[in-house]
Amino acid sequence: MTRRGWPAVVAVATLLVTGCTAGSRPATNDDAVLETLSVTESASATGSGDPDPDRRLRFAIVTHGSAGDPFWDVVKTGAEDAGQANNAEIDYQSDPEPGSQAQLIASVTSRQVDGLIVSMADPDALRETIAAAVAAGIPVITINAGEDRSAEFGALTHIGQSEASAGEGAGDRLRDAGVTKLLCVIHEAGNVGQEQRCQGAARGLGVDGSAEPGDIMRTLRVNGSNLAETETTIATELQADPQIDGVLTLNAAVAVTAATAIGTSGSGAALATFELSDDVVQDIGEGDILFAVDQQQYLQGYLPVVFLALFARSGNVVGGGEGVPTGPRYITQENLDSVHIGTR
Amino acid sequence: MTAATTSARGTPVTPGRSPLLRALARPELGSVIGAIAIAAFFTTQTDQFATWAGVANVLDVTAALGIMAVAVALLMIGGEFDLSAGVLTASTGLVTALLVDRLGVNIWEGIAWSLLFALAVGFLNGILVTRTRVPSFIVTLGTFFALQGLNVGVTKQLTETVQVGGVDEAQGYGVAQAVFASTWTVGEGEFRVAILWWIVVAVVATLLLVRTKFGNWIFASGGAPVSARSVGVPVGRTKILLFMATAAAAWLVGTISVVRLTSVQANVGLGEEFNYIIAAVIGGCLLTGGVGSAIGASIGALIYGMTQQGIVFAQWDNDWFPLFLGGMLLAAVLINTVVVRRRAEDSPG
Repeated sequence: MTRRGWPAVVAVATLLVTGCTAGSRPATNDDAVLETLSVTESASATGSGDPDPDRRLRFAIVTHGSAGDPFWDVVKTGAEDAGQANNAEIDYQSDPEPGSQAQLIASVTSRQVDGLIVSMADPDALRETIAAAVAAGIPVITINAGEDRSAEFGALTHIGQSEASAGEGAGDRLRDAGVTKLLCVIHEAGNVGQEQRCQGAARGLGVDGSAEPGDIMRTLRVNGSNLAETETTIATELQADPQIDGVLTLNAAVAVTAATAIGTSGSGAALATFELSDDVVQDIGEGDILFAVDQQQYLQGYLPVVFLALFARSGNVVGGGEGVPTGPRYITQENLDSVHIGTR
Repeated sequence: MTAATTSARGTPVTPGRSPLLRALARPELGSVIGAIAIAAFFTTQTDQFATWAGVANVLDVTAALGIMAVAVALLMIGGEFDLSAGVLTASTGLVTALLVDRLGVNIWEGIAWSLLFALAVGFLNGILVTRTRVPSFIVTLGTFFALQGLNVGVTKQLTETVQVGGVDEAQGYGVAQAVFASTWTVGEGEFRVAILWWIVVAVVATLLLVRTKFGNWIFASGGAPVSARSVGVPVGRTKILLFMATAAAAWLVGTISVVRLTSVQANVGLGEEFNYIIAAVIGGCLLTGGVGSAIGASIGALIYGMTQQGIVFAQWDNDWFPLFLGGMLLAAVLINTVVVRRRAEDSPG
């Protein structure tokens, strides 16, 4: 219902805006002038070079991150840094609930920004509002999630990490470290990206295809907003299945609790994780965590702003329709020194 | 008045009834039976559940939830809700961590300020509910969102990230660790000191409810506020104190968590408030107030802990745990409703 209602709302809002503008203008009979004007406007919106290269651009980012999630905080920092470097104003909005995210997109569309950056955890829920933005002449870049739907929705490109191949890479490395049975810890139920990481890891781990996925990997669902409980649940799982000799966590906070759980349960399993934090860096340094899969989300905030600025000012499009990967980069004891937390 | 007190007390006194029948009408009975059944089930189905390590894990999860469930049960007996309690556990941890990390204060000083902050939030909840007569559901929903915003906003302002760490480097951490986060070993199980805190909270709350005048006031405030007021029970003050007690419990859980994990993230604690209410209701609390017990809420928390960890021990797909929790909640509510209806039919006059 809500979803279907939005384009109508946007249309009405657009009509109102247009109506007001027309009404406030002195009435002229010079239709030709108006026509030329609208042609110039739509031309600039589709990116054939801005008439005024010094104009401050306005970009909106609408993500599915929840407030206070350290991961999305870094994305936001990246976007703001790029905004400063490219004379662009950044409006960051987020809501983890797909319907609310769609509403945020509709509202920034009605404000006629110069570009829209969207993360698509639930692409179908955002389809109509993104289509409306594209139809309004706003260039769209998708980031982080929703890569396979990005082109279909009319986005310029997608910037992110393929979860499946990053998971596969992690599984591959864990197999090299001698892991034979992996515990993959999912901290958000129903998050497609997290499932893809675990499935990818199972593929990487059993690369010869001789073992059933269930024999080499178990997934465990934990409540990511209660870390003490998460720690205990991981310890319980390790006690229940002593064959598990590897643990893969999907965010930094869960990684740190898993390191403690491995210690208290006496399991001795090897630990790897997605995402970085101060504590994860410290644990990698101390050898408690084997490696971290870094998708370098700073780039997922920084690059789309640069790309949109280039598009608005010179009409250049990066990616060639293929999408731009920001990861995976594997952080181990060897390359730990190159990591600057804050841009991670 | 006599009738009001007896029914409000949660123990229907029907003369000439056998102890068995009387026990059947206790609000926590359903939860006791459920807990025994669940314990028996996982003991027979898994090898690790009934080991020291298994029990330690179950009680670890139970303790934090139990402390909150007991406080929330008291509040619910008093006829009110607190939706801000979950996010307050994060707020209190953040206050301590920020003071320690940013100002370098002794951890005990941080913990003390954090308690003051919690009591202030509880007082605010209480005064808003009692003075405005706006339902506590709405008032604490407001505080819930306000605290959620403060947690992230203030943390971001002060640290430029959303995570505060370095608690273990604070002065006085050693003693704080011993008091709030130490473990002791029995067999191969590592038992957390939080379990003792939970037992202390449950015992104190039970004595308060059944042995003191204040306990009577709690039952009366929730069960029959109008008659309670007319006989001079300070309903408003009782409720404000209950909100402050709930906030203090959130402080205790937040402190245990921040000392144990040595860091705190600004977005944790969301959604936990429902687990507290679920545990209290499974333990026999009514949503209308006036009925319930601290022991029942503790057993409700134990059911949560046993099931959550038991499912993992049984190597089942724990995606199904919330479904089970919802089923338990509905079953408990149905049993409680039947019990209350029977009691209403039985009560003389």
